[in-house]
Amino acid sequence: MKIRLDHVVKTFETFRAVKDVSLEIESGELVALLGPSGSGKTTILRMVAGLEYADQGHIYFGDQDATDIPVRDRGVGFVFQHYALFPHMTVAENIAFGMKVSKVKREKAAIDVRVLDLLRLVRLEGLGDRFPAQISGGQRQRVALARALAVDPKVLLLDEPFGALDANVRRDLRRWLREIHSELGITTLFVTHDQEEALDLADRVVILKDGQIVQQGTPEEVCRDPKTSFVMKFLGDANVLAAEVRDGKAYASGAAIEVSGMADGKAELYARPADLDWSLQGPGIPASITRVLDRADGRRVLATAETGEHLEFDVEPERLVKAGDGGFVTLRRAKVFAV
Amino acid sequence: MSTPVTRRKPPRVGDQPLFRRALIGIVLVLGAFLILAPLIIIGVEAFAKGWQVYRDTITHPDTRHAIMLTVLAALVAVPINTAFGVAAAWAITKFDFRGKRFLLVVIEIPFSVSPIVAGVAYLFVYGLQGIFGPVLDEYGIKILFAIPGIILASMFVTAPFVARELIPLMQAQGRDLEEAATSLGASGWRTFFSVTLPNIKWALLYGVVLCNARVMGEFGAVSVVSGNIRGQTNTLPLHIELLYHDYQAAGAFASASILALIAVFTIIAKVALERQGAGRVRRPALAANPAEKTS
Repeated sequence: MKIRLDHVVKTFETFRAVKDVSLEIESGELVALLGPSGSGKTTILRMVAGLEYADQGHIYFGDQDATDIPVRDRGVGFVFQHYALFPHMTVAENIAFGMKVSKVKREKAAIDVRVLDLLRLVRLEGLGDRFPAQISGGQRQRVALARALAVDPKVLLLDEPFGALDANVRRDLRRWLREIHSELGITTLFVTHDQEEALDLADRVVILKDGQIVQQGTPEEVCRDPKTSFVMKFLGDANVLAAEVRDGKAYASGAAIEVSGMADGKAELYARPADLDWSLQGPGIPASITRVLDRADGRRVLATAETGEHLEFDVEPERLVKAGDGGFVTLRRAKVFAV
Repeated sequence: MSTPVTRRKPPRVGDQPLFRRALIGIVLVLGAFLILAPLIIIGVEAFAKGWQVYRDTITHPDTRHAIMLTVLAALVAVPINTAFGVAAAWAITKFDFRGKRFLLVVIEIPFSVSPIVAGVAYLFVYGLQGIFGPVLDEYGIKILFAIPGIILASMFVTAPFVARELIPLMQAQGRDLEEAATSLGASGWRTFFSVTLPNIKWALLYGVVLCNARVMGEFGAVSVVSGNIRGQTNTLPLHIELLYHDYQAAGAFASASILALIAVFTIIAKVALERQGAGRVRRPALAANPAEKTS
């Protein structure tokens, strides 16, 4: 089902959590709301669910105005960050809960069959008799998803679904959620503050800041073409250098890069660690290495430019660099934003 | 395998043997004098003049009436205060509204105010010289020096018990479970009975037990509003006092033994319920561990 938010506003006491947000989510799409804490992403999700009401604006499910439909009748599946499984019910009872309380009466046998189907879907066959306290965090979150899916929701809403899990489990569950999504094709909206999670999982990423959308697009679009320095910084590590734009070129600490169509003046140059390299000869930014961090997939070099700026970049595992080395940081590519 | 090494362990803070023994000794002696001895006296004195006197006292119409009245007060006050406690805890923990903090303070008042103050306050409200007194008198409704007054006073004193047990627990559990149930299509009642109640039942029962014990034992507030009419408005605690002032020590102790018995059952129930709370290891509330409830 297609979801449309039309100039939605939400204020808590005096705090404007969501300021005039308009957003469209196509039927079957998997969309991430990405932003730092306090950016209003969870509030937007809760308004779509009906757990909060919008102060202004409208929320449409398909052609229907769902703004004032209570959560109970809205037909959404909501997955909570801390699972919110009913601790006194078994896994199977948790999954069956929505079907049992539904206004549409179902045969007990039909419910049991559906519970087994869902357990299979979330790969928890045989764990139906366990209590939530007896399974792992990752399993709990899968039960929560099965429970939400059991009521055939029009939309699936997930609030930081993997936030409480450790990194490895998180990565597995992410891929797995993506598979479930392609299998069921259900319109899905999820909230995260983790850029990697959003980029990994979503068809489209909506980046929020202070209750407003700052940019939206496919992971490729937002990564390759961040529109603001906030998006650039938020999506990943970035080196920042003070720069100056003159005649279509940006100059920063001895490095220069082509920028077309930018007006002359002060600017900031942003470069990812992988966009920089190390060379013993110029031209480049004269710098000295302060520390080398070895990682599984390469070496992260911390350096200080002669101008005092702190730089971080990655080199291949074989490269011989060590603290104290002097040389030049070269620029492969960068983004320049006027200040 | 390493061979065990005999080590002189330095005492931890406050762990010196002398200090430890002295402290334990003091606590034991004080406990015996302050708590245990009086309880034993009740048992001994109740039967001091023999089983016959004990039975006569217990079966005396005035005593029987006092017991019935006490039970009646509990039967009315406890359910109403339970409902009040659940409603107050629900309202405070699940909703945001103006005056929430104020309500929390108001609920606590009966704990901090002397029960006799409550009794006197009721006199001023419902007494003949009080605010509603003349109106009630006109319609022939008697609240003071009658059963309704006793029940009202008991309710005032025990109003916070259930709410105080539930609020911290429900606060720790948060609203996620209720929101999840509602998003799955459950009605408010359904959510309460199949999701909220099972997760608070032990704390609720705990509050009810404490509330009941207090209703049955309440003296101060009730003594002001009851008028001490033997066989009419005398609850068990009041009856004990009356007997004692009549120099019927054996009778007073016999009646007191009933209250002591109720207390023993209360403690057993309390411990059993605390076990249940601790027994939640098998299925704890995920948001919080109710076993860690402090009270």
